[in-house]
Amino acid sequence: MSQNSIMPGFRPTIGFTVVYLSLVVLIPLSTLVFKSFQLNWEDYIHIITNKRVLSSFRVSFSAALLASLIASFFGFIVAWVLVRYSFFGKRFFHALIDFPFALPTAVAGIVLATVFQPSGFLGKLLIDSLGVQVAFKPLGIVMALIFISIPFVVRTVEPVLLEFETSMEEAASSLGATRFQVFLKIIFPNVFPALLTGFALSFARGVGEYGSVIFIAGNLPYVSEIVPLLIVTKLEQFDIQGATAIALTMLVISFLLLLLINMLQYWVRKRSGQL
Amino acid sequence: MSILLSNISKKFGAFSALDNINLEIPEGELVALLGPSGCGKTTLLRIIAGLERADQGRILISGQDRTEHDVSKRGIGFVFQHYALFRHMTVFENVAFGLRVKPRRDRPGEAIIRKKVHDLLNLVQLDWLHDRYPDQLSGGQRQRIALARALAVEPSVLLLDEPFGALDASVRKDLRQWLRNLHHDLNVTSIFVTHDQEEAMEVASQVVVLNHGKIEQQGTPSEIYDQPSNAFVSGFIGQTNVFDLGHQDADWLQTAGLSTLQQQGKIVHVRPHDIVIEKSTFDNDAFVILKDWQHLGALIRIELVKNSVTGQSASVYAEMPNEQFKLLRLNKGDKVDLKIRHAHWFH
Repeated sequence: MSQNSIMPGFRPTIGFTVVYLSLVVLIPLSTLVFKSFQLNWEDYIHIITNKRVLSSFRVSFSAALLASLIASFFGFIVAWVLVRYSFFGKRFFHALIDFPFALPTAVAGIVLATVFQPSGFLGKLLIDSLGVQVAFKPLGIVMALIFISIPFVVRTVEPVLLEFETSMEEAASSLGATRFQVFLKIIFPNVFPALLTGFALSFARGVGEYGSVIFIAGNLPYVSEIVPLLIVTKLEQFDIQGATAIALTMLVISFLLLLLINMLQYWVRKRSGQL
Repeated sequence: MSILLSNISKKFGAFSALDNINLEIPEGELVALLGPSGCGKTTLLRIIAGLERADQGRILISGQDRTEHDVSKRGIGFVFQHYALFRHMTVFENVAFGLRVKPRRDRPGEAIIRKKVHDLLNLVQLDWLHDRYPDQLSGGQRQRIALARALAVEPSVLLLDEPFGALDASVRKDLRQWLRNLHHDLNVTSIFVTHDQEEAMEVASQVVVLNHGKIEQQGTPSEIYDQPSNAFVSGFIGQTNVFDLGHQDADWLQTAGLSTLQQQGKIVHVRPHDIVIEKSTFDNDAFVILKDWQHLGALIRIELVKNSVTGQSASVYAEMPNEQFKLLRLNKGDKVDLKIRHAHWFH
């Protein structure tokens, strides 16, 4: 940054940013890394390759992936409806979308568990009609994560849909495109980068989600036990080294996945001329 | 292809945007829909395109009723005011779009698409930009790409909504000429919407003047200019001096050579170039005072003031070539004589 930049205040703001990020993000996370250095390599491998730990990783990441995929699909439709149509109670729905943001996650978890448990209102309905049990199964985890993820997708896709020029759609139609082609070739490519951001946000949130999941998951080892719960369990048993080893692994995997999504996003934007 | 509109009406709520429009456009014409903003010209264009539905009336394109056809099946090319280029596609893909979305049995092969797109890009002289994205182009370039894209599907009718509206003045001038030539080469029936009378007169072979959702007059540019059918058309096309004989005393106009004997109405419109001025030689009451003048390039616009007995003053504008004005050696405040060569009368 040159001295005579047109934008003033570079030094104080970058200073603030560095201090802030260090205090809130960097120092706590590096403590985690340093703490795990107390382990030697064999111990670390031993902890991580434990069958229970591995299956909890599988449960956490696959549930988060599935949930954010489903949330992306539904979230897109919700955003579409909220932007494109006007109907009675639209403002109410608008407010409802943000609800999972504001609600304490534990409350959400208890509510979901109550409703979806086999004797609960929806749980009973699902078992009777489809024979599907949601609560206390991996499906319950997915359910809770979808609940948490929807607003991330809706709120990232919505502004892009709002800004979208409808004249592009009209132009495509006038060139002979069917409604389906207009959606596939014109609308979707323009919204896709935002959808990808929403997906990444909800995936990241889903992997780390604790409060809303543990009540509905049943927390059966090897079946429906998530990584954050395993970390808490280890901490409660004063197995701090075990907890940090799992936490560090989680940190690295999450970081790599986010990096991957960001690269994908860069590629998409570049390919569509937005960079 | 010829276009026939019969009894087209459209309302937005209580507002009547178009009121019983009947219009026939012969094949191969380049027609301007001209009118002030809010007159319904864009609505009419969008109804012809099928982007808007008329409340009543039929649209016939080359004799076939297309009223119920969806915009994608009408065989029209539409150029949007802000171009509406697909910003996630290259210029090449934008132009190729209309060919690529054709049903499989009509879709040309990749080699044919490639050739056709490059031919069109050459036609608009922008083939060198084929791998750019719309955001990287200037306004004039986007306009021409939008035109190439619309032409790719070989439309029977080309519709352009304010094609030069968003461009700066010098680019606009070039593009007008270019569009005229292009139309001459392609000979596809074209309609464009504009609020700029100069643009309509310069580019179009037929001008349709609209006001308040109604057609005021249709004709060639010279017909519209020389024989305006009513006061609105006369006032909207070019500059004009308006004298209302109901409120003003007509004596001085009579002295200026306006024959009020065969008057056909109460309102007189006089074009500035139909007024000849001379330095006043004697003291009659036809004289007016020269207030100021402005240079308009080859012409001078002269601002004159007539003070009447009642104390009211009327402004009159005259135009004459630069050289002629210099020869008169007039100064501000000089008394001048007027001579009105030609006038239009309206009720």
